[in-house]
Amino acid sequence: MNPPTAIRVALLGNPNTGKTTLFNALAGLNHRTGNYPGVTVEVKKGKGIHGVTPIEWIDLPGTYSLAARSPDEMLAVDLILGRIAGEPKPDVLLCLADATNLERNLYLISQARELGLPIVVALTMNDLAESQAITVDLARLELGLGLPVVAILAARNKGISQLKDRLLEASKGPTPAFDPPLPAEVINSAKNIAQDLDSELPPALALRALLDEGGSAEIELVQQYGAKAAEMLASHRALLTQAGHAVAVLEPRHRYKDLRKRLAGVVTRPKERQNTFSDRLDRWLVHPIWGVAFFLFVMLLLFQSIFFFASPAMDVIDGGMESLQDLARNNLQPGPFTSLLVDGVLAGVGGVVIFLPQIIILFGFLGILEDCGYMARAAFLMDRIMSRCGLSGKSFIPLLSSLACAVPGILSTRVIENRRDRLATILVAPLMSCSARLPVYTLFSAAFFPDPWWLAGTVMFGLYATGFVVAPLVALILRGSLLKGDVPLFVLEMPTYRRPAILPTLKRMWDAGTSFLYRAGTLILATMVLVWALLYFPSADSNGLDFPTRIANANPEDQQGLVLEWKEQSWLGRTGKALEPVFIPLGWDWRIGMSVLASFPAREVVVAALGVSFGEGEVAANDEEGRNKLTQRLKAATWPDGRPLVTTASALSLLVFFALCCQCASTLAVIARETRSIGWAVFTFSYMTTLAYAAAFAIYQTGRLFG
Amino acid sequence: MVPEIPTTLDSVPLGARCLVTAIDGIDQLARKLLEMGIIEGEEIEVIARAPLGDPMEIRLLDSSLSLRNVEARRIHVTLIGTHP
Repeated sequence: MNPPTAIRVALLGNPNTGKTTLFNALAGLNHRTGNYPGVTVEVKKGKGIHGVTPIEWIDLPGTYSLAARSPDEMLAVDLILGRIAGEPKPDVLLCLADATNLERNLYLISQARELGLPIVVALTMNDLAESQAITVDLARLELGLGLPVVAILAARNKGISQLKDRLLEASKGPTPAFDPPLPAEVINSAKNIAQDLDSELPPALALRALLDEGGSAEIELVQQYGAKAAEMLASHRALLTQAGHAVAVLEPRHRYKDLRKRLAGVVTRPKERQNTFSDRLDRWLVHPIWGVAFFLFVMLLLFQSIFFFASPAMDVIDGGMESLQDLARNNLQPGPFTSLLVDGVLAGVGGVVIFLPQIIILFGFLGILEDCGYMARAAFLMDRIMSRCGLSGKSFIPLLSSLACAVPGILSTRVIENRRDRLATILVAPLMSCSARLPVYTLFSAAFFPDPWWLAGTVMFGLYATGFVVAPLVALILRGSLLKGDVPLFVLEMPTYRRPAILPTLKRMWDAGTSFLYRAGTLILATMVLVWALLYFPSADSNGLDFPTRIANANPEDQQGLVLEWKEQSWLGRTGKALEPVFIPLGWDWRIGMSVLASFPAREVVVAALGVSFGEGEVAANDEEGRNKLTQRLKAATWPDGRPLVTTASALSLLVFFALCCQCASTLAVIARETRSIGWAVFTFSYMTTLAYAAAFAIYQTGRLFG
Repeated sequence: MVPEIPTTLDSVPLGARCLVTAIDGIDQLARKLLEMGIIEGEEIEVIARAPLGDPMEIRLLDSSLSLRNVEARRIHVTLIGTHP
């Protein structure tokens, strides 16, 4: 007897129907994510076995409808129809239906049953339905739908084995016929389009293209079959309109009518709807005063947790890296290899790993907020303010998180379904002042604005405010130009409050951490090694003598001068000198310019780089004594003609440059990753650098006018 | 019995219940509203409003939805009473 062949099961359902919980119950926690070109959502896949049959589980993104308006939404349709290269067509479709909200959940199933796969329906949220005194007559539901239905309670593993039995049965059974509950003219049009274009084309795809004018299915058909497809769709739509059908809106009306017929007598609910726990909680949590107060409290807690709770762990990582660097420095022969290991590789790895605590904490926190249903309430409360700058309430939390670090902030934009909204949020998130800007802010505001006592604090406040003002403005401009589109719909479901599950939250934290380390790690490491090389080579002076050797043999008091001489003739130093004309309008000389250039991969590097450039040696960002010495050096520094180098105007221009510039390879790597395009990372880098340069220029030149 | 007053959903007061009589338009927004189950004949209750009066939270069947006022303006309703 041959071993049974594996079957592929795709999970499809509305958001908030317990799909993640069911997927975890079916596939265990050991799954991997699949990525597809042009698509920003991830598809989780897991393997399991039932009896002797291996099963591959595919978790499709949650959706309310198959009428796709973006590549992200189209993924489910393409995957089910087997139209994705390297991704065989699934054998069975497992559709989820929330027992407390059957009608709307079955709308998706009504669309899905035309895609030519056997379907098994899993009825979820049965405990919640029970608590609301809602009963669902399973036998009648199966009869009405003509599909197998299994009631499950995934969190307690109830019904799971029976569900797998039914899936195996269904995989050998027949597929439902193409029989949409729509007017006969519409069905005939879809069939005709499919036949005329290509006998292989599923009529369901032709139907989607016909009904969703300007949607992804139409785009796909036009790409595949050219103008012929576009003409055909247009002429069929015109015919249907002539026959009195409103093509854009007929589908939901007909499907819901059909569902009401099928659902007759299936659901019994109390005459007067009970006030649920969720209702009572919402009375407080979306209240104009108490709701806002609670929201501010949650945001404060979130901010504190990423800003301060992460810092002990970050200090440990920082300290660990420094001891590793010392260990390497003390035990290896000095030379290019040791320098590469210490200042390139170890510093680079440290620069990535340092963000890990923040990312893990933020993702744990956001995961809990999302799971318990509060995220939708937060978006609800903030929507009015955010809509003023062309975004929606969902952009608020990512932007706030970016105050700690843009990397987790950008990762958390995954909750925003609207692609343009999500892009706009990603592109402006790095404008929010992150914690890595703090060392520069502190250094310069303390050094150059010490009196009166309130000035340094006010400068700091102004720098943070710059981000708060510029980010929404840029978002507004983007939404009106590059990311122009319909005003995003804010029809948002407010899910029932639930207790968050622990294991999936931990899993999510782990996934966020590892994927960040892997993807951003490779790029930032490469950049750090590059900057190291640019600062190290050429390492011989004009007499052919090796700088590191000269420094090692020199008197301690001469060492700093030699380091400066070495860096000055390094590739980066030469670039800094060559680019001095670019820096002078900002009030910077080549030494400041070189430090700024060196800090492009990671902005906090600037303190150390200034230390090197101004002959104070390496200054660690958190080394207060070193910073004080550096402050003295900066104050004493002059232009060749003896004018003081750093004035109020040039200090402010440097600060504003740092507030607006995207000097962070990790952020750019994450933007490239999340948008699946290098282009957006290049765009962010270019617009922010331009903006930063223009602002620094304006400030220095204005400052000079007023002396 | 409260008289059946025709209006649009954005001007329905907090706590009031109404029946959907029509959805305006044949565009994406109309379609999205219909897909979410806001169909002629369904009952809607207004349960909350965000600060500054926009968006609003409604209960429809057994789910809660949030809608902006511009979206709610497309939904024609008749008032049928308040929640007891």
